[in-house]
Amino acid sequence: MTVAAEGSPPLRMTRARRNALLRSEPVQGFALISPTFLYALILLVLPIMVVIAHSFWTQHYLTIDRTFTLENYRVALTEPIYRDLLWRSLYISLTVSLFTVVLAYPIAYFISFHGGRHKSLWLFLITIPFWTSYLLRVMSWKVILGYNGVLNSGLMGLGIIDEPSTALLYNSSAVIITLTHAWAAFAILPIFVSLEKVDRTLVEAATDLGDGPLRSFLRVTLPLSAPGIISAALIVMIPTVGDYVTPKLVGGKDGVMIANAIQAQFGKAANWPLGAALSVTTMLIVSLMAGATVLIIRTLQRMAR
Amino acid sequence: MPEQPRIERPHADRIQSERPMIEIRNVTRSYGAFKALDDASLTIREGEFFSLLGPSGCGKTTLLRMIAGFDNPTSGSIAVGGQSMEGIPANRRPTNMVFQSYAIFPHLNVEQNVAYGLKRLKLQGGEEKRRVEEALGQVSLTGLGKRLATELSGGQRQRVALGRALVMRPKVLLLDEPLSALDKKLREQMQVELRRLQQAVGITFVLVTHDQYEALAMSDRIAVMFGGKIAQVASPKEIYQRPVNRQVADFLGGMNFVKAEIVEENGASLIVDTLGFGRIKTDKPKAFVRNGGAATLGIRPERLRVLWDNATAKFEVAGKVVERHYFGEITHLIVEIPGLEKPLSVTETNDFGADDIPVGTPIRLAYDPEALVAMAD
Amino acid sequence: MRARRFLPGGWLSAYAFLYIVFLYLPVIFLPIFSINTAATPKFPLTGFTLQWYEDLPRTPALLDAAWNSLIVGVSAAILSTVLGILAARSITRYRYPGRRAINGLIMAPLVLPEVIVAISMLLVMLQLGLSLSLFTVVLGHVLVCIPYSMTVLTSGFEGFDRSLEEASADLGESAFGTFRRVTLPMVAPAIISSLLVCFTISLDEFIIAFFLTGTEATLPIYIWGQLRFASKLPGVLALGTLLLVASFLLMTIAEILRRRAARRTQNEGGLYA
Repeated sequence: MTVAAEGSPPLRMTRARRNALLRSEPVQGFALISPTFLYALILLVLPIMVVIAHSFWTQHYLTIDRTFTLENYRVALTEPIYRDLLWRSLYISLTVSLFTVVLAYPIAYFISFHGGRHKSLWLFLITIPFWTSYLLRVMSWKVILGYNGVLNSGLMGLGIIDEPSTALLYNSSAVIITLTHAWAAFAILPIFVSLEKVDRTLVEAATDLGDGPLRSFLRVTLPLSAPGIISAALIVMIPTVGDYVTPKLVGGKDGVMIANAIQAQFGKAANWPLGAALSVTTMLIVSLMAGATVLIIRTLQRMAR
Repeated sequence: MPEQPRIERPHADRIQSERPMIEIRNVTRSYGAFKALDDASLTIREGEFFSLLGPSGCGKTTLLRMIAGFDNPTSGSIAVGGQSMEGIPANRRPTNMVFQSYAIFPHLNVEQNVAYGLKRLKLQGGEEKRRVEEALGQVSLTGLGKRLATELSGGQRQRVALGRALVMRPKVLLLDEPLSALDKKLREQMQVELRRLQQAVGITFVLVTHDQYEALAMSDRIAVMFGGKIAQVASPKEIYQRPVNRQVADFLGGMNFVKAEIVEENGASLIVDTLGFGRIKTDKPKAFVRNGGAATLGIRPERLRVLWDNATAKFEVAGKVVERHYFGEITHLIVEIPGLEKPLSVTETNDFGADDIPVGTPIRLAYDPEALVAMAD
Repeated sequence: MRARRFLPGGWLSAYAFLYIVFLYLPVIFLPIFSINTAATPKFPLTGFTLQWYEDLPRTPALLDAAWNSLIVGVSAAILSTVLGILAARSITRYRYPGRRAINGLIMAPLVLPEVIVAISMLLVMLQLGLSLSLFTVVLGHVLVCIPYSMTVLTSGFEGFDRSLEEASADLGESAFGTFRRVTLPMVAPAIISSLLVCFTISLDEFIIAFFLTGTEATLPIYIWGQLRFASKLPGVLALGTLLLVASFLLMTIAEILRRRAARRTQNEGGLYA
């Protein structure tokens, strides 16, 4: 009894302190997000670590030899077939991001500056096709660009060409067109958001200080929307490098990209370590390219002043 | 001689209970090294309209939120109605709050907002409906019960917030800058209404505000706060006329400060020498701390009167008008007095043509020595 | 007076119109050729028929795939919305170190190449000895759905005036009561919107399902399989059209709900409302 009586005040103290800790903002906030955080750790971070680990191992038929080796990277970077696929993927994703950003900018500008009361309706109209199945959108391009497809039959019907063109489908241009269409809506949103943040009085101030419409656009609006351009470029560039469906459906031999090779290593070729090394290499190179893009746009932004 | 009619002075004569309602004892609230509230002690009486006045970041809202139970003291204690509030969560305290943003539930209509807290009490028969109607009447919202919160004007939202809290019949109503979102005209109207409402319901009101005029106009007593500390607690008149230090004096409005030399100090009064006003006898402030021989006196600009033509006064100073600023019903004159390091600021009504006094005119000012008050720096 | 702006509205309007055409036209060919009698999609159109639609319910493999998609979609929607609610609530309500980094990690699947995400998960699941099934597809879909769920929910939770919950507590309501009577009704539209968005994404998602499924096919996988056979194309077009319409309807409802949720919370924050 005495012991308990003596013991209780410090016990109450610690409980009070523990309650205070549990009530504290960081603890509550972290506790709340931890299930989602753990999910992302287990299903994203851990898998990527496993891929990175595999890229340094070797596969003999069905067993994995866990001796450290750089052989997979040597193959990935020097074998002409993988080197070509990597370069082509980078070229395609860079071209697609350039096209989408250039095509999307005027639309984002239009909605932001001339959208008036219908801004959100415009945004909705533009994003809706994006929410439909990616696979179906790629498929529709196959229907359009095919030998017996919509474009060929349409052009023939109008008498513009005499026989179907084979140049439309199964090459990297088809891949570029399809990807540009598929990612168009995605590029508009970040540019729109950054244009919305541009204080309209700044444009008026530039005009007031003697800039014409073009000059005030180049010196004020465009540089201020650079963050949106950067995120639009990245949001298109990174995923498109690893696109699988589009090259498979409309790319033909000429339009195969690195993702198809990666898939092959995990499928038919059954060389997981090489597939892992190709994945890691792709991610590293696209990160470098993304970094370079950010740098270039920032430099251009500074030069505009 | 006919007898002068006696003028009622509501503030001074209003009988107030001396019973404490809220007792704040040595309350400190620290965030790391920063002390939002530093050893504050305060007693708020039953049925009183009490204001916590100070600039933003002075700790007034922190104190209010600790009374409500949204924050807890790092040390010290708070009691409401004689009961310690330690460990009692906000939903079990006998206090209710009107939030700065009003916090009207947007998915409920006016009636449902007001009845929100009553739902838990599970009142019998038509009691809930009756109390809601009564509260709506108190805040002049009768007939608007079915309106959605989103369809209300700023003033109406404020009334809903008020009704929603009053319907709970709290011992204390806490108001966190309730008028700051309203435009000037509506704000002044609501000041009068809030004061009237408080007198009608007789509940203790604790108002947080940074607007000195609001605090002066509505309160029975005011606590002026700076940097987490309570500087002065007194009636509006006392605070305005006898601020304890320069900071309080400045915050409550314009004040001319005059440097003085102490000649004699005794029980209740001070005799000081000034360069501009000569020798002055003044009341010694309660908390006067002597700092060598120097003292600071202060006089409000409206306590200096322009002497026209040959009029004379028992106490006057002479100087020259150096600036004139017109404010409609009044004019501010800046008057240079030989011997004073800073010119005096004078507020004069425009009834006699103060707005026509040319800059450069020599001028004499009358004053009452009692209006010159000594204060800490 | 408004300052003159670069690129007059007229030219831009015309461009915007063309852009909308560019966005919609390819998609519109699917429904057009799904009601055309010819087996190959080409001009000129040969005649109207609903035959391709009538054939759909008579294909057992398709019905199985549809059922699988429904199961996967509903499970993924519920799981990712629950995880999204926790995260969005944490991000919008609390300030703590590492908040931005954790948010970045959770949003990362949005910008990572899907193939790499898919094969990484595949590797881990095989290493853990999980047999591939619809369950593994759900696990993958939840990961890619959470960022969308977060975006929808954050816009619903943001601007949620914290004093609303304080007001509820002040009026005597308990923490659970406050959640039930104030928080939940306010964010319900955002939650339903998140469920619909996640279901739609899962319904349309191909790559992750393709890598992580065992023998059971979802609708996109079924379509992928059919694409090899030219003769099956009209049926695929009909199925694709139905999927397009479903996505379109679900997303429209989701958007309306999301806006309603955002309007509700944002009206409240404004002091000058």
